[in-house]
Amino acid sequence: MIARLSAFGSQHFSSETLLRLIALLAALGLLVIGLLFPLFSMLIKSLQDRSGDFVGLANFAKYIHTPALVGSIANSLFVALTSTAIVVGLAFLCAYGITRTCMSGKRVFRMISLLPILAPSLLPAISLVYLFGNQGWFRGVLMDESIYGPIGIIIGMCFWIFPHALMILTTALSNSDARLYEAAEALGTPKWRSFLTITLPGARYGLISCAFVVFTLAITDFGVPKIIGGQFSVLATDIYSQVVGQQNFQMGAVVSVILLLPALASFVVDRWIQRRQVAQLSARAVPWQPTPSPLRDRCFTFICYTIGAAILLIIGTAIYASLVQFWPYNLSLTFKHYTFEALAGGGWAAWFNSLTLAFSVALIGTLVIFFNAWLIEKSEGYRSLRQGLHFLAMLPMAVPGMVLGLAYIFFFNQADNPLNWIYGTMAILVLNTLVHFYTVCHLTSVTALKQLDPEFEAAGASLKVPFWTTFRRVTLPVSLPAVLDISVYLFVNTMTTVSAVVFLYNSDTRLASVAVMHLDEAGYFASAAAMAVLIFFTSLAVKIAHAALTRLLLTRAQSWRQTSQTSTA
Amino acid sequence: MSLLTRALLSSAVALAFSSSAIAATELTVYTAIESDDLQKYAERFNEAYPDIEINWVRDSTGVITARLLAEKDNPQADVVWGLAATSLLVLEKEGMLSRYAPKGVEALDPKFVDPASRDGQDPAWVGTDAWVASICYNTIEGERQGLSIPTSWEDLTRPEFKGHVIMPNPNSSGTGYLDVASWMQLWGEDEAWGYMDRLHDNIARYTHSGSAPCNLAASGEAVAGVSFAFRGARLKSQGAPIEIVFPEDGVGWDMEAAAIIKGGENREAAETLMDWAVSREANELYNEGYAVVAYPGVAQPIENYPANITELMIDADFSWAANNRERLLEEWQRRYDGKSDSQ
Repeated sequence: MIARLSAFGSQHFSSETLLRLIALLAALGLLVIGLLFPLFSMLIKSLQDRSGDFVGLANFAKYIHTPALVGSIANSLFVALTSTAIVVGLAFLCAYGITRTCMSGKRVFRMISLLPILAPSLLPAISLVYLFGNQGWFRGVLMDESIYGPIGIIIGMCFWIFPHALMILTTALSNSDARLYEAAEALGTPKWRSFLTITLPGARYGLISCAFVVFTLAITDFGVPKIIGGQFSVLATDIYSQVVGQQNFQMGAVVSVILLLPALASFVVDRWIQRRQVAQLSARAVPWQPTPSPLRDRCFTFICYTIGAAILLIIGTAIYASLVQFWPYNLSLTFKHYTFEALAGGGWAAWFNSLTLAFSVALIGTLVIFFNAWLIEKSEGYRSLRQGLHFLAMLPMAVPGMVLGLAYIFFFNQADNPLNWIYGTMAILVLNTLVHFYTVCHLTSVTALKQLDPEFEAAGASLKVPFWTTFRRVTLPVSLPAVLDISVYLFVNTMTTVSAVVFLYNSDTRLASVAVMHLDEAGYFASAAAMAVLIFFTSLAVKIAHAALTRLLLTRAQSWRQTSQTSTA
Repeated sequence: MSLLTRALLSSAVALAFSSSAIAATELTVYTAIESDDLQKYAERFNEAYPDIEINWVRDSTGVITARLLAEKDNPQADVVWGLAATSLLVLEKEGMLSRYAPKGVEALDPKFVDPASRDGQDPAWVGTDAWVASICYNTIEGERQGLSIPTSWEDLTRPEFKGHVIMPNPNSSGTGYLDVASWMQLWGEDEAWGYMDRLHDNIARYTHSGSAPCNLAASGEAVAGVSFAFRGARLKSQGAPIEIVFPEDGVGWDMEAAAIIKGGENREAAETLMDWAVSREANELYNEGYAVVAYPGVAQPIENYPANITELMIDADFSWAANNRERLLEEWQRRYDGKSDSQ
């Protein structure tokens, strides 16, 4: 099809602009159908009664007068704020250690610190039961408090959100200008003062941005509170209870709207702050290099490796839990929990479905999102359309997975929707997951594209090469590392996510992450752990393959640059 | 969608479909059967009818019931097989079941067949087996906590059991609801709510599924789990240090039953499944997990089940339980939901 179109385009050059417009409109269509329409259906649903009649804010009034539901707002805020404080604090210490000290084993620590991303958020929750449950090894540590509740939720959240925070803060702290520190030293400023007046202000946007990301992740997470929340309910689990437990879709929509508010607010504030951020790094900045300081370095090594040990302990516990015969009464080891003996959730078939979904999302999502980002970034004209698209591409970040999943039911399960046929198929899972993780991929694409010289497009246009050829022959290959990053991000997140897909799978499309939850619900804790571990190792394998491939590409790109230099010389 | 997306999306869809396109007829069956039995049920059925592939949709009783009700206008299920009779009565009241008399239904114990069949109508549903409430009691943890084994429901409200009892949430779990309904029928509503208020003080938490309390008792997370005999017997066989207690004041029970959902596309295959579900072979299959089955004379004693189980089963009134289901669950939720696992 593309070949035919390109022949068409070269004959009538003006039709290329038309085609570009069509492509832009198609991108708009994807986000409108995949995001705006479903959210709109959900909003409508929250204003209707069970039979579909408009009742205004009656559902919201009912919500406010149900103490068990309203209580979750405070619970959610408490858990999210506490997790944010802990995660940002710890991540700042570690990021400082990585960027500003000569602590040993930085590379190993960074690798360990990334591991939680590869596991579904259900995994830490399962481990915590084995560590701190009534039969847990560290039962005494909690005194008489139960791990089922806020304590468990907060620890679990900290585990899986930590890598996100660490990545943002490491980037924020790496941008430093050594000249400022030299000046401070020359003026005899004490170390703590230059920390307060140079380091912190320099990282403040990173810190604020990090706090918002962590808060949003924490308040919208479903996996951790689902498994270890016990009687402590939060907004995300309320949506699930209302929809799956009681099939009260109206109340599910109401809770979704309420959960959308803090996430949206956090999104708006973050955007506002980003806009105020001015480049602090001028071209003349000299990167700051840490000098060894044995005591400080040893302190940071200790802090970082304590956290690293905690991460490994939690993952190790899940692996151990998946291998024990009958915990805690028969501790001999076995692989039998990995057979899943036709247990709830679909066993290996679910894992295979997850793999299919993750590869589909990685492949389709990468191409679509990168291509759309390129259209938005590198097209001329249609300014307002492109700005609108950019805003739409930013929006999925603010929409919690539970909310998006539920919105998909409302929109796609209407009998009169022409897209009704995708309900209950793999296609709806692909679309939903793609939209759910759109923003980060979009931003990564835009960053990569901004680094490319706009001359490429201009040169292509002046040579009368159609835009898709420039895209295929120049833009895509040059941006390959970013494209690979996006695809592995999509793959790993698709493998591990529960929140959005939990409403959309069907007997043919059961997924591994959902199976973990169902196995746990039914009380097959060892099999739940086994499935979570399986997801973890699958993501790890893909991540390792990605790292190897990126290295290979970069060395090849490097050698290409070197040969071109030698040939010019 | 961009051009490329559309092409790729359709190929992805084709990929997703190709794996399931081989079997002759696919039947979507909603069920609350214990998940470790699902494959066995399908295999036995396929020994007789290899051309019909069962696609299970499994969840706890309350969830499956709610899902069926929500899909009333756009039914996704062809057959329900292994769902509480009280739930099927609710569905029947909504007019969602399609009447059908499976071949051989006359052979079943009449108690297990929709009473409407006695008036000459085809039954809307047929029962398969009975599942019976029981308490799973962890003897090791009980000793460690200095508790003595409970013998009646009231024993669970003794102060020393505080924080050691787990029971299923009746909103999601069929087992949870049959407990609530049976207490109502045993003692009358007021007394039953009073009992549950006292029990609530001792409950550590309410779980999503009916087998979870027994699993939690078996792994020592709780001492006493209000669950059902099937799960207890199976865990005990796996080596869990538990005793299965049938309280002497009587135990609630419910029937698992099968029915055809109105509006399904695979009517013929659905009828075939129903015919098989009442057959002697099927009842022998049920008997591997359940002591009381619909086909008279089939039941053999099961390992770890007490012999006098039928004497302890109360004279359950399923239509009362079905008619009052929504009201009782709402009241239950109002009183106790704070201690529930998120479902």
